[in-house]
Amino acid sequence: MADDLFKLYQDVILEHNRKPRNYVAVDPATHRGHGYNPLCGDSIELTLDVRDGVIHAIGFQGESCAIATASASLLTDTLQGCSVDEAEAITARFRAVMDGQDEEDLPAGLEPLRGVRRFPSRIKCARLAWASLEAALAGDGEDGAASTEG
Amino acid sequence: MSQVDPVVSTASGLDVDAIRARFPILQQEINGKPLVYLDNGATAQKPDVVIDAVSDCYRSYYANIHRGVHELSQRSTTAFEAVRGTVQRFLNAPSEDEVVFTRGTTEGINLVANSFVRPRLQAGDEILVTGMEHHSNIVPWQLLCDATGAKLVVVPFSDAGELDLDDVAARINKRTKFVSVIHVSNALGTINPVAEIVELAHAQDVPVLVDGAQSAPHMPVDVQALGCDFFVFSGHKTYGPSGVGVLWGRYELLAAMPPWHGGGDMIKTVTFERSEFAEPPQRFEAGTPNIAGVIGMGAGIEWLMGLGLDKVAAHEADLLAYAHEQVSAMEGVRIIGNARRKAAALSFVMDEAHPHDIGTILDNDGVAIRSGHHCAQPVMQRYGIPATARASFGVYNTRAEVDQLVASIDKVRRLFA
Repeated sequence: MADDLFKLYQDVILEHNRKPRNYVAVDPATHRGHGYNPLCGDSIELTLDVRDGVIHAIGFQGESCAIATASASLLTDTLQGCSVDEAEAITARFRAVMDGQDEEDLPAGLEPLRGVRRFPSRIKCARLAWASLEAALAGDGEDGAASTEG
Repeated sequence: MSQVDPVVSTASGLDVDAIRARFPILQQEINGKPLVYLDNGATAQKPDVVIDAVSDCYRSYYANIHRGVHELSQRSTTAFEAVRGTVQRFLNAPSEDEVVFTRGTTEGINLVANSFVRPRLQAGDEILVTGMEHHSNIVPWQLLCDATGAKLVVVPFSDAGELDLDDVAARINKRTKFVSVIHVSNALGTINPVAEIVELAHAQDVPVLVDGAQSAPHMPVDVQALGCDFFVFSGHKTYGPSGVGVLWGRYELLAAMPPWHGGGDMIKTVTFERSEFAEPPQRFEAGTPNIAGVIGMGAGIEWLMGLGLDKVAAHEADLLAYAHEQVSAMEGVRIIGNARRKAAALSFVMDEAHPHDIGTILDNDGVAIRSGHHCAQPVMQRYGIPATARASFGVYNTRAEVDQLVASIDKVRRLFA
């Protein structure tokens, strides 16, 4: 299990936790998603500038554990410049991996998050930013709210 | 240097190895390491006497209570009712008829809120609580205030996690109809001066409930010495089963209270015109209770009293002082709650690591702690933090386990450095 722990808290995760990428509020934002897990208190606010079906800018802010923070940071890094269709496809694959479909491919940048699977109580942390994204895109311009608890 | 005054200064004299041997669950490894269970504030593990009492009830004499003339029903009723006497001795209550069995602390508070306080409350009246209450001693009062137009008044606490008695006194006035206060804070470990608070409230004829969820397992409790009107606690924290607890109330108050839940077992006679209610405590125990659970709770409390609550308090005070000393000396670690009088709980945060990350890494070393807001979000807001990591002690914990806790915290520090 010690190996799993170090796989979970590998350098990439720790580094993204220490220095999160795209830690900004995109302004003006066309889409917003707020993820909040009331039981643990983790909170992530995603802001996006989406025009012509393309994510021109994406940022996040909030207060959360290393897993949730690194996952949000990696999400923004991966999806910057993607089409909304691509973003939704990647989100679906990420969700499938977290649901236990280990054979599913992930973009190389997201591979470090795969280790979270071995820590069932922390999957909700990794998924929070992604649930916020789904809420933001589903909102179609309105603020979306999400939680990965319960 | 620890600033914590031990509750009891004498050495405990407890044989902790013998105590640990009574807990089957502690004899295992988690993630390849010996289990170090430091989440007693959430719930305590069960000694063999409790497991056996529950098992024996189901194996040899279980039946419904207070009805049926058959042998098993009588034996179940006798065993169930005997627990009232156990609880009476545990709390030094004047009478076992003052012991109401509930599902736990939360239900006890809701019962008092609805049955005792609600009929006395009018718009503009006030209910006083402290800023360090558990959600179970906040939300029932908010519901009551919403329904009646009464107001919830909150006594703040200091950075150290202490109440100011002058401030408490200043907030009790003619509009105050009830005071409900946590005895020991689950999030901070603070032991509140409840006897003094009761005195201040009674000087204004205001009744007081003491939430003893975190005190009853850890120190001698004497409701007559505290002077309170109601005292509530949970069986699962006093080494008994979950889903059972106790509301103790002064008999004359219980006798004047209407029932909360209606049903079987709480009536004298029922016709479709009207029902005549049973006397306390049965008046508040509608329906078939958790029979084996109450019997198991009784076994846990008898076992705890057999150890001696003064010795339990001394042992845990030693562990807490030792942990305080070790953890407060660590760089990048901050203890939340530095009251002079504390019991059983050590909350902390780290500069670099979030409490959930701390919890995962400690778990990997077999160390079970709680991370989160501890159902005390206002306490977290008071300190401007989302959560803490909390190690909370029980009678079976040892200094060696504190050493393991400290070593694992140090591992977090190195990983996140």
